[in-house]
Amino acid sequence: MKAKFLIPLALFGILVVFLAVGLRLDPHEVPSPLINKPAPAFKVTQLEQPELQFSPEDLKGKVWLFNVWASWCVACRQEHPVLMEFARLQVAPLVGLDYKDQRKDAFGVLRRSGNPYDIIAFDGDGRVGIDYGVYGVPESYVIDKAGVIRYKHIGPITTEALQKTIIPLINELKKS
Amino acid sequence: MKYLYALLLVLIACGGVSAKEAAQLADDPVVEQRLIAISEEMRCLVCQNESLAGSRADLALDLRRELRGLIKQGKTDDEIKEFMVSRYGDFVLYRPPVKPTTWVLWAGPFGLMVVGVVALFVYLRRRNSEIDTAGLTDEESQRVEALLKEGEK
Repeated sequence: MKAKFLIPLALFGILVVFLAVGLRLDPHEVPSPLINKPAPAFKVTQLEQPELQFSPEDLKGKVWLFNVWASWCVACRQEHPVLMEFARLQVAPLVGLDYKDQRKDAFGVLRRSGNPYDIIAFDGDGRVGIDYGVYGVPESYVIDKAGVIRYKHIGPITTEALQKTIIPLINELKKS
Repeated sequence: MKYLYALLLVLIACGGVSAKEAAQLADDPVVEQRLIAISEEMRCLVCQNESLAGSRADLALDLRRELRGLIKQGKTDDEIKEFMVSRYGDFVLYRPPVKPTTWVLWAGPFGLMVVGVVALFVYLRRRNSEIDTAGLTDEESQRVEALLKEGEK
């Protein structure tokens, strides 16, 4: 009976645990239902050569990183040096999707800070973005040799995420 | 007074006009009505506390455009829901579907209620039986007398 006074304390402890876990969850990171599903097909023009088209089919048989960005996206500027580093390492093709943007604005950004992308697809009206479940730029997808989405990174890629998650995953997928 | 009344009327009329301008109406009111009915049941992913119907976020505008297109193509509500869920997951739905991962969510409150009712019942039963049996010992009744006398002074 003496331990009765411990009950509120225990309840309080449980509440604290719940709140502590809740504080660490980011409600903006919505798990994507597209993981382990085939990457949605599309065919759009390229940013730099509007006469050429790009489709995910073109990269079948390769593991690649698909990065959704835009010139108006502030967080993309923060991510940019990490993508430059990724391009320098030559791990896998880096394909950009210029999302809801104006071509000339995108050119401005690439001229000012460099172009890490091998190919950039242009998605002016955001339809490709919708098919990929994009809701906050930047977002990145790792797509495997069979054209299946294996990983989605929401928000700017950090050096840590690149080194600890994305590059090891790409290397792993390349072996299979 | 008359002037004030007139001024009030004018103000109300103006208010009505600007409200009409602010509303975005598509060419087809039937499509628009269905769009509102469907998108009110969905969460905007950018401003997560707003419905897709009410949000002014760019993505919400685009998604409403897509849904409008689907409605015009004659898709059913379920097909439109599937369009959204296949892209953004169950998170977009304000009413999550009943499936193994959401059983706790749906049944949990009722489970807790049953536990509470049972606990209350047990507690009341026990308290009742205590009232019936518990009398005062001699020592206690003497103390009661003493306290009552003290109170009378």
